Order: sequence, then C-alpha cells, then structure tokens
Amino acid sequence: MPDGSQVEYDKTVYHPVRGENGTALDIEKFSLWYSEKQALFENSLVVERGLVTALIGPSGCGKSTLLRSINRMNDLIDGLRIGGQMKIDGRDIYGPGIDVIALRKRMGMVFQKPNPFPMTIFENVIYPLRVDGVTDKTMLEETVERSLRGSALWDEAKDRLHESALGMSGGQQQRLCIARAIAGDPEVLLMDEPCSALDPIATSRIEELIDELAGHYTIVIVTHNMQQAARVSQNTAFMYLGRLIEYGATETMFTTPKAERTQAYITGRFG
Amino acid sequence: MAGEHTLKRFDEELERLSATISEMGGLAESQLAQCLAALHERDTAAAEKVIADDARVDALDEAVQDQTVKLLALRQPVAVDLRVILSSIKIAAALERIADYAKNTAKRTIVLSQGTPPPAAVSGIERLGRLVRTALKDVLDAFTQGDVAKARDVWERDEEIDQVYTGLFRELLTYMMEDPRTITGCTHLLFMAKNIERAGDHVTNIAELVSFRATGHGFDEARPKGSAALYATGTAS
Ligand SMILES: Nc1ncnc2c1ncn2[C@@H]1O[C@H](COP(=O)(O)OP(=O)(O)O)[C@@H](O)[C@H]1O
Ligand SMILES: [Mg+2]
Repeated sequence: MPDGSQVEYDKTVYHPVRGENGTALDIEKFSLWYSEKQALFENSLVVERGLVTALIGPSGCGKSTLLRSINRMNDLIDGLRIGGQMKIDGRDIYGPGIDVIALRKRMGMVFQKPNPFPMTIFENVIYPLRVDGVTDKTMLEETVERSLRGSALWDEAKDRLHESALGMSGGQQQRLCIARAIAGDPEVLLMDEPCSALDPIATSRIEELIDELAGHYTIVIVTHNMQQAARVSQNTAFMYLGRLIEYGATETMFTTPKAERTQAYITGRFG
Repeated sequence: MAGEHTLKRFDEELERLSATISEMGGLAESQLAQCLAALHERDTAAAEKVIADDARVDALDEAVQDQTVKLLALRQPVAVDLRVILSSIKIAAALERIADYAKNTAKRTIVLSQGTPPPAAVSGIERLGRLVRTALKDVLDAFTQGDVAKARDVWERDEEIDQVYTGLFRELLTYMMEDPRTITGCTHLLFMAKNIERAGDHVTNIAELVSFRATGHGFDEARPKGSAALYATGTAS
C-alpha cells in the first residue's frame, strides 16, 4: 500500500477502489511537454495492483500520452520534457540509472491496431524472449502455450502455430498481440484502445480476456468507448485537456460522478 | 439537470418521461381530492367516477414503463440520466398506489353512504386527507422544480401525518366501544384512514426519490415514526 509520504488527495474527485495487493503505479503531479506544447498538467493517480484502470476522455485529452509515458515510449520524441514523478513498485520510472529495457520488460503494451509481425504465430509470441536471447526450445514452447492459453487463443491457434500470423482475423491478431505482450511475463499491461479496430464479437472476447487477465496483471486501458470502461474496469480516470478531472471507482463514476465535467462527458452532454 | 445532450432526441425523450410523470401526478392528486370530496358530500356518483378514472392512472403508469424500458435499452443511460430514469419508474409506481388508495376510499364511501357514520370521525378523515393532499401537491412541485429542500420538507411532514392517523385510530376505537351500532361504519372509516396514511407513506417515498435523482441518495436518517405507541397496544393492522 502507499507509504505515508503520499499526498492527501481531494476525496471529491479522487475516490478509487483499493485493491488487496497495494499500489503498482504511483503517478504524482506528472506533466509532459511536446516541445512548447504542454500535453499533460500535473496528473496524479495511484494504479492499484491487479485491477483494471480505464483512462477515458475526449480525443486529444492526453490519454495515450499518459499511457506511453508509463513505459517511456515517448523517450525518443524530440523536444520531450517531463515534470513530476511516476513510480513502479516505488521505483522512479524516470529516475537516474533506471534500465529502460528492463523497465519495458515489466510492461506489456497492446496497441489500437493489431500489429503482428510478418512471421509465424509461434515466432510472434516468443518475440520478446528471442530479443532476450532465449534459445531453450522447451522453454519457448511452454511460453507459447502459456501465452496463447492466457490470451484465449490456444484452441484456435494450436494447429497452425507455424503459419503466418497475418492469415488470422483481426480479433485473433489482437489476441495474438496480447499473447506477445504477456509472453515476457510482465507486471503491467498497457492497452491503447485495443478494441477500436474490432467488430463487436471480437471486442467482447477481448473484454472477457481482460477480465481473466486482471488479477494476474495490472491493466491500464485507454478507451474512447465509455461502456467498455464501465464493463471492464474497477477504476476510471477521466481526463480533459491534459488534466485529470476525476479518478474513482468505476461504479461511482458511472452512477454518481463527483465532478460536473465528468457527468457531462459520460452522459453525452459535451458541446 | 446538467445542460443538454449532444443527442437532442435523448433530451426530448427524458422530457417526455417527466411530462408523463407530471400528468400522472396531477391525476393522482385529483383522484385523492375527489375521493375526499365524495366522502364529504356523501356523493355516490362522484365516488363512482373516482373508481372509473383509476384506469387512466394505470394507463399512464404503463406509459412510463414503456418509455423507461426503451430509454434503458436504446440510450444506455448513466449517472444523472440513469437516476432520472430509475426514479421515474419508482415515482410512477408510488403514484399508481396512491391512486389505488383513492379508489379504495371511494369504494368504501359508497358503502358508507348507506349508514350514518359519526360526523366527527368523518371530519377527522378529511383532516388527514388534507394533510396528505398538500404533501402530494408539494412533492410534485419539488419533482417538477428538482427542489431537494422542498422534498425534504415534505419528507419531514410524514411524522405529523402519522400522528394524526394515530389520533384518528384511537378516536374511532372509542366510538365503536361507546356505541356498537357504529362498528360497521367506523370499520370502513378505519380502513379509509389507513388508506390515506399509506398514501402519505408513498408521498414520502416520492420525496426521497426526488432527492435520489438529484444527488444519488435519499434522506439518510431513519424517518421519524410517530406510530410506535400504536403498535405497542397491539391493535394496528
Ligand atoms: N508526438 C507528438 N508531438 C506533438 N504533439 C503530440 C504528439 N502526440 C500527441 N500530441 C498532442 O498531445 C495531445 C494529447 O494527445 P494524445 O495523448 O494522443 O490524446 P488522446 O490519446 O487522449 O486522444 C494532443 O493535443 C496531441 O495533438
Ligand atoms: Mg489516443
């Protein structure tokens, strides 16, 4: 659980559900500038370990920016500056001497469009291990089965492991990307609108999968689909113009949100 | 409420729902007034009309249910919209019950018109009826204006209604003991009093729902109950 050094948040806009396993990510007054343009303004939120946290808000409000900051995917962007802090298990993600490669291994990422590599299903899944130089055949095979089972793809893929991943449907490809994301056994899964390119049935399967993965992993999901946030997450953060407006139990956010602006957004009253 | 939806149709549908509830409320209020007038005038024809008109309240209740089911299925409402829709179903149900009590009171008025109930007891019922009618009118105003303070005021008045009911209950028992020939008439009056007191309870429920739709919660403290003494005698229904 958060240690005593944690700041006191305003309960009226900060009312998350607490998990049983403490804090995974502690984001504290995190700001970000793309050159001159400030995209994030002192965002603070504590992501509970083993829960699903949804980031919602209108397009351009900074959801992806915040998500990509967690695994330092923004590092390569020219002119990027940050302020404030982000910690994983109490360690400063942007601290001096942090090993970015090791950090990214602790976080799997799933993107909006399924992006399997043009290789076999098998090679796609074990890609993170290949990068690590793992060659032990048994270990690779076990990882493939575990990851594909974990992403609910095993039954569909087990007889075609050595066929190209590009022959799969969009929904299968996205589950393959989730298999790849969990192959390295990360702690945190970051998902940026993982269903926006999928049809409703494939979407349901991914949502079901998120439900199953929660508990094993801490999941942060960006979604522009509010019903999806309501269905899959325990906590929801609402962002607007780079600011965190309200962060709380999903149940409360969708029944009695505390901030006027949250209510306006989730009820479709945004002019 | 918090401004307009991007989707205008949704606003129109919510407004239509509230309009249906208001119409239903007006009708329930009139039914309650008419049944009390019929009792006062010993007017059987007026009582018959109250009984017949109950079908109109039922029809509006069904209209509310149809509208809410459609809204839930098609609009997936959340937050204040969800509370407005859920409370509408419950308010409509409460109004439907209030109108039922008016109808039952009207039925008893017809039976009663054949005998001679003690006039003092009848005026006691009228007094109770006036209190509940005023409370109903006020809670409907609170509903229309979304006025939680006004709803709270109505909610607090339930105690007085309960006290008047308890007093009336004792009074009717006294009449019956004094003169057994009044037992039949007084029993009808007792049931009428109970009907009206129950209608008052539904008014109180509506007051809480007015608060719920605005804030997400009712009035927390246990409602002041004045009828504990009555239950202690073991005579209450
Ligand atoms: N690489 C970038 N360079 C400059 N500005 C960017 C970059 N990426 C995003 N932005 C800007 O930052 C803001 C937040 O974007 P983003 O995080 O993608 O929002 P969201 O995911 O909520 O739609 C937007 O105004 C966007 O134009
Ligand atoms: Mg985005």
